Amino acid sequence: MPAFTKLQRIQNNQLAFIVCAFFALILMLWISFDNIIWSGSWIYILLLLSLSITGYAWNQYRNEHPGIKNNGTWFSGLTSRSWSAWLTAIALTCFYVLLYWWPEYLGLRPQGNTGLIAIFDPLSYLLKKQPASQWFVYGVFYTLFILFFGLKFIWKYRHNAYQRIRTISVMFFQLFFAFLIPEWMLRMNLPYNDLKNMWPLNYYFFDAWNIESFKNSGSIGWFFLVFGLLMIFVISPLLTYFFGKRWYCSWVCGCGALAETAGDPFRHLSDKSANSWKLERLLIYPILFLVIIMTIGVLYTYKTGQPELLGMSTSALRKYYGFFIGSAFSGVIGVGFYPLLGSRVWCRFGCPMAAILGIQQKLFSRFRITTNGGQCISCGNCSTYCEMGIDVRAYAQEGKNIVRASCVGCGVCAAVCPRGVLKLENGPEGGRLTESVISNS
Amino acid sequence: MVKTLIIGNGVAGISCARSLRRFTDDPIAIISDESDFFFSRTALMYVYMGHMRWQDLEPYERKYWQKNKLDLIRAKIVSFDFQNRQVISEDGNKYGYDRLVLALGSVPNKFGWPGEELDGVSGFYSKQDLERIEEKSSLIKRAVIVGGGLIGIELAEMFHSRNIPVTMLVRESEYWSSVLPNDEAAMISAHIRNRKIDLRLETKLKSIRGEDGKVKSIVLDAGEELECDFVGITAGVRPHIDLLKGTPLSTDRGILVNEFLETNIPEVYAIGDCAQLTSVRIDRKAVEAIWYSARKMGNALAANLAGIKTPYDPGIWFNSAKFFDLEYQVYGTVPNKIEFPLDSIFWKAPQDEKSIRLVYDTTTNEIAGFNLLGVRFRQEVCHKWISGKSKISDVLSDIRLAFFDPEFFPDYAPELLESFKQKTGHNIQLRSSGKLNSILQFLKS
Ligand SMILES: Cc1cc2nc3c(=O)[nH]c(=O)nc-3n(C[C@H](O)[C@H](O)[C@H](O)COP(=O)(O)OP(=O)(O)OC[C@H]3O[C@@H](n4cnc5c(N)ncnc54)[C@H](O)[C@@H]3O)c2cc1C
Ligand code: SF4
Ligand code: SF4
Repeated sequence: MPAFTKLQRIQNNQLAFIVCAFFALILMLWISFDNIIWSGSWIYILLLLSLSITGYAWNQYRNEHPGIKNNGTWFSGLTSRSWSAWLTAIALTCFYVLLYWWPEYLGLRPQGNTGLIAIFDPLSYLLKKQPASQWFVYGVFYTLFILFFGLKFIWKYRHNAYQRIRTISVMFFQLFFAFLIPEWMLRMNLPYNDLKNMWPLNYYFFDAWNIESFKNSGSIGWFFLVFGLLMIFVISPLLTYFFGKRWYCSWVCGCGALAETAGDPFRHLSDKSANSWKLERLLIYPILFLVIIMTIGVLYTYKTGQPELLGMSTSALRKYYGFFIGSAFSGVIGVGFYPLLGSRVWCRFGCPMAAILGIQQKLFSRFRITTNGGQCISCGNCSTYCEMGIDVRAYAQEGKNIVRASCVGCGVCAAVCPRGVLKLENGPEGGRLTESVISNS
Repeated sequence: MVKTLIIGNGVAGISCARSLRRFTDDPIAIISDESDFFFSRTALMYVYMGHMRWQDLEPYERKYWQKNKLDLIRAKIVSFDFQNRQVISEDGNKYGYDRLVLALGSVPNKFGWPGEELDGVSGFYSKQDLERIEEKSSLIKRAVIVGGGLIGIELAEMFHSRNIPVTMLVRESEYWSSVLPNDEAAMISAHIRNRKIDLRLETKLKSIRGEDGKVKSIVLDAGEELECDFVGITAGVRPHIDLLKGTPLSTDRGILVNEFLETNIPEVYAIGDCAQLTSVRIDRKAVEAIWYSARKMGNALAANLAGIKTPYDPGIWFNSAKFFDLEYQVYGTVPNKIEFPLDSIFWKAPQDEKSIRLVYDTTTNEIAGFNLLGVRFRQEVCHKWISGKSKISDVLSDIRLAFFDPEFFPDYAPELLESFKQKTGHNIQLRSSGKLNSILQFLKS
């Protein structure tokens, strides 16, 4: 088989270039210009970043007609696991490692920030009257990536109303709920809280310091506490009953938002083999179990003051979970490895929230993806572009409804199908597992 | 123990093998000269365009075959010895069988154009065709595609994705107007031209000229000469049966089979593109080179082989395709010239490339078919209306049941009813929502 590689436009390699240039910039700022940063430079950085992403998107889509445009995806280096993909993955991973474990190298200093972090002090003061932390800097970049890659996504899928609206939704939740509102809360001396972020994804919800901080903040704190509990036990299951887990995973969640926007060029990289499905179940449910045990332990210690539960130190458990799952898995592997493993590695293999919502989705939900009779030509576009690694084609060619715990309802399988075979639908719960109205054989 | 030998690992042969395996543990072998593993022919274009890799075209994991004891053999069969129940391959191997299933597929039509044997002239059907086109691509400065059917436009889109200029020669007055009503054909012609394809309607190829055995130019029937380095021949396909000419097997255009897919020779069967049905429903054709017919034939034959008498029933006609960015679906009877007693209601979105056509019988007011561009309809609902001979007015008032577009897409129902009103003067009230509840209820009723 000859290599299918020739393509006039280099497309996504430009993106690799932007990403690498961005990290080079960070490095430079930190190394050489440590002391000559002027206070407005964050504006220029953000401007540069926004303009380069929009410019790239404009260049890519301005001459294209609306419609699915995955031309050259497997030819371009960044999106086909070539050296540029590795380079980008390594750069991203390094940034994450610094961010999580050695923020001092990014300039975080108790006696006054320097380098990259110092650049964002003015913005941080503007928003919350405090110096920037590494999380603040990260939050700014994160939000920006979602906003501008979100624009790119909307451009690419502009013919599809579901994709447009869904993307606007994640952009909105990221900008306000995850970024601006919590910062404003801090400014008003209220507890930092992202209302849409619920346990077990934010595993610290039941941590002593978090509960104390809520309890010490008067009625608003109590509201957060009660709302958080309601989210977990009432609101979320209810929404999942009506709409499937997509209401959260691809309309609201911040991890999902980054995967859907900045991660979109990598969605075809997720492994579709039966083995990866096995691995998925071997990881995600034990992690959920772990988070539950950890939370029980933490709560137990909080209530009783006992540091151990059944001979295990609850704080050590909490620490290990935070390190391995909370940081290393969700941050470093989850995002750093987009260009190698696809955009939803964390959501698929690790996220305990996805696990809970998935169980709910599978057991009781009105959501499914229906298939259109005998139209499927087994072309495999749907499976290729499913970021959750679901072999959609296997269901579609049999004319079966797709009811899978892992489906985040992004709707991309339905969008890329050239024969109009798939539709995301909410309907009567009964029969969705078995019902296929017309025989396909 | 009955040994089943299937020639052809396309969708017909593979569907047959897979379903047969569910009935029996007896040996099943599948021979192909094209590829080691079954792949989706319909998706060849996506490999060329870089949407997918070759392995993504294989619907089943490679370990599936061994696990299910389906014996895959790579060989080219060159002769058939029906007397001794064996087939012989190019390298001299003999393969015996108790039952032989012919699933040989199609080959591209050629019309004996001068120059059609030159290097750079190719059909687009097989893995090998794709490889050939890939190899040539970096040198192509202009490609000419002869024939305007479904494969021709796929080839045009492929070249377009690599910025290779394309000229398309189409005999008819609009793209595919031998099949589509004129409004739709014209919409697609415009869509193609919008993509800067040099679409030449009412134009025929006269000859292909070469230099050193390679394509250099083509000559049109009007005498004009066009320089090009590649000529794609996509003037339809025909059953791949040349090898069987002169054998006792009865053939016409394809291998003749009855409704149980039996040929005139006992224990020899034919399915898929290579088969020609001796009796067909009025709305279907004797030879249909489409994906789901091949699949359904394979499944029906498997049941027959397992002793469950199952006639092949293609059901009500449906098909779908995509022309660049424009999706197309058809259900039921939609002739290109809609004549008495048929008539149709046609709605086209004022701005978008979207249209809906409902064909009905004016003497009985029964719905006959649907033709859709840029709009998705639900097959089960259309099927039920057509097979249940629903009245056009009922169909229209329930039309929302048929919509299959993703959530948040516009509701075309009011405009469609308005078109009906303008045509017939009848005012119809919408009565159904597009909710899945009502759809399922309707389908069960
Ligand atoms: C580019 C393209 C796009 C298409 N798109 C669509 C579409 O969108 N929708 C649709 O409905 N249909 C489409 N079709 C048609 C569809 O692919 C065919 O109808 C279908 O594949 C037929 O399946 P089959 O099993 O009968 O034959 P095939 O898939 O042709 O399989 C026959 C196999 O038998 C092998 N074979 C033949 N003779 C021998 C021999 N002597 N020895 C060994 N092996 C042999 C061949 O090499 C081949 O592998 C498309 C076809 C093409 C070429
Ligand atoms: S199955 Fe479809 S909707 Fe679900 S995650 Fe995969 S691509 Fe998205
Ligand atoms: S993309 Fe559509 S036609 Fe292709 S395999 Fe998936 S459901 Fe079938």
